[in-house]
Amino acid sequence: MYNIALTASLVALLAGLPAAVQASPSDDLKSFREYYMKRFPGIPLSEYKNGVYAINADARKSWEGIEEFPPYEDALSKGEKLFNTPFANGKTYASCFKNGGKGIRQNYPYFDSKSGLIKTLEAEINECRVNNGEKPLGWKKGDIAFISAYMASTSNGKKINITIPDDPRALAAYERGKKFYYTKRGQLNLSCSNCHVDNVGNRIRSETLSPSLGHPSHFPVHRLKWGEMGTLHRRFGGCNEQVRAKSFPAQSQEYATLEYFLTYMSNGIEVNAPSSRK
Amino acid sequence: MRKTARFISTAGVLTTLLGALGTAPQLAAADAELIAEGKKIAFDRKRGNCLACHSIVGGELPGNIGPALVAMKTRFPDKGALRAQIWNPTAINPNSMMPPFGLYEIMTEAEIDKVVEFIYSL
Ligand code: HEC
Ligand code: HEC
Repeated sequence: MYNIALTASLVALLAGLPAAVQASPSDDLKSFREYYMKRFPGIPLSEYKNGVYAINADARKSWEGIEEFPPYEDALSKGEKLFNTPFANGKTYASCFKNGGKGIRQNYPYFDSKSGLIKTLEAEINECRVNNGEKPLGWKKGDIAFISAYMASTSNGKKINITIPDDPRALAAYERGKKFYYTKRGQLNLSCSNCHVDNVGNRIRSETLSPSLGHPSHFPVHRLKWGEMGTLHRRFGGCNEQVRAKSFPAQSQEYATLEYFLTYMSNGIEVNAPSSRK
Repeated sequence: MRKTARFISTAGVLTTLLGALGTAPQLAAADAELIAEGKKIAFDRKRGNCLACHSIVGGELPGNIGPALVAMKTRFPDKGALRAQIWNPTAINPNSMMPPFGLYEIMTEAEIDKVVEFIYSL
């Protein structure tokens, strides 16, 4: 069945986007942003750090109520404590990152020319642990989400600034993420863009579909449905599964390149993490 | 063909069941039964889940991704075209948001037949 799915998707991709496939990343960014600006006139780019609440005034009211006593407060202070607690060897997370790990979220994920891979913030948190003789953390929730949330929170207000260096491997990673985003998959045959671009602002049942513009700016999020905090890749997995597709492992290059594409598309939007969601 | 055969045999069973009661005309009763089953499948979140995207009379909390499903006989004078839209919408619009219920076996052929009857009654 998935063979059929893939073939159909490629056909759809080729039929739907002949021009976009060849466009440069900066062209893509321009048209991606303009699409939303046209779809929601009057909503400035800076609002897209609020996800669905940028475009849904009713839901925004109750969200703002929740944010007055944020359900992630505990997780955030746990993250801060973990971040500042030395490893067994006496070193801390701060030693692994530029600027001691503060105010750097807006530069993630990035293309690492040494490995040729896309590095996410979470990947480097675990790399830091392993390099200092500690066990890596689980990827989708718990401590890694807390630390990532704390680090992101020290970057709030800074504008996302993803670069695609002049290296064919970086461009290939970007293209891979982009292709993933526009490819229909799963038994329900839906691409990320079907929901978050084509139908943004429409309701699927009673759920308003959020813009992808700005998606990575407010992660990790605390979701009522999860009852806890989760990372962006956890959410990617959920959106894959809801179309009855197999999800990829968190921190796979599939999701890392998807994050690279989506975060590049969100350049210029402020970091606003963590946040709460339904 | 297969579809017609099943329809007749279902109608046959119902005739036997309902004949004795002497209520509505027999074929109409069979229709009503199929339509009711189709409605159940169409509204079931695990099968049709049509309400995720379409507003349909009698269904709660519909989405608004697809058009409201009303006056379907006017919209689809040819019932086969309606079935084709449900079986594989991407044949008509490659980027359709609507899942290919037949092509990807989201519903069985028999379930699709029933859903068609229901949708056609709207
Ligand atoms: C069938 C529709 C559908 C598809 C396909 C889909 N999503 Fe979603 N997605 C949703 C819904 C519904 C939500 C919850 C409401 C919202 O924020 O949009 C959501 C939420 C999200 C969020 C969280 C937004 C936030 O602010 O908390 C992200 C990120 C996301 N989706 C990314 C993706 C990506 C990437 C893909 C493809 C791999 C994808 N989605 C595919 C329906 C979909
Ligand atoms: C995830 C979204 C989605 C779901 C679920 C969905 N549809 Fe659709 N449907 C659409 C969209 C969008 C269209 C518009 C035409 C197109 O793009 O294919 C459509 C079009 C149609 C049409 C043609 C309407 C017209 O006037 O042209 C019919 C009939 C229809 N759908 C029936 C159904 C039935 C029956 C189900 C459930 C078994 C269903 N749909 C489930 C999104 C959906």
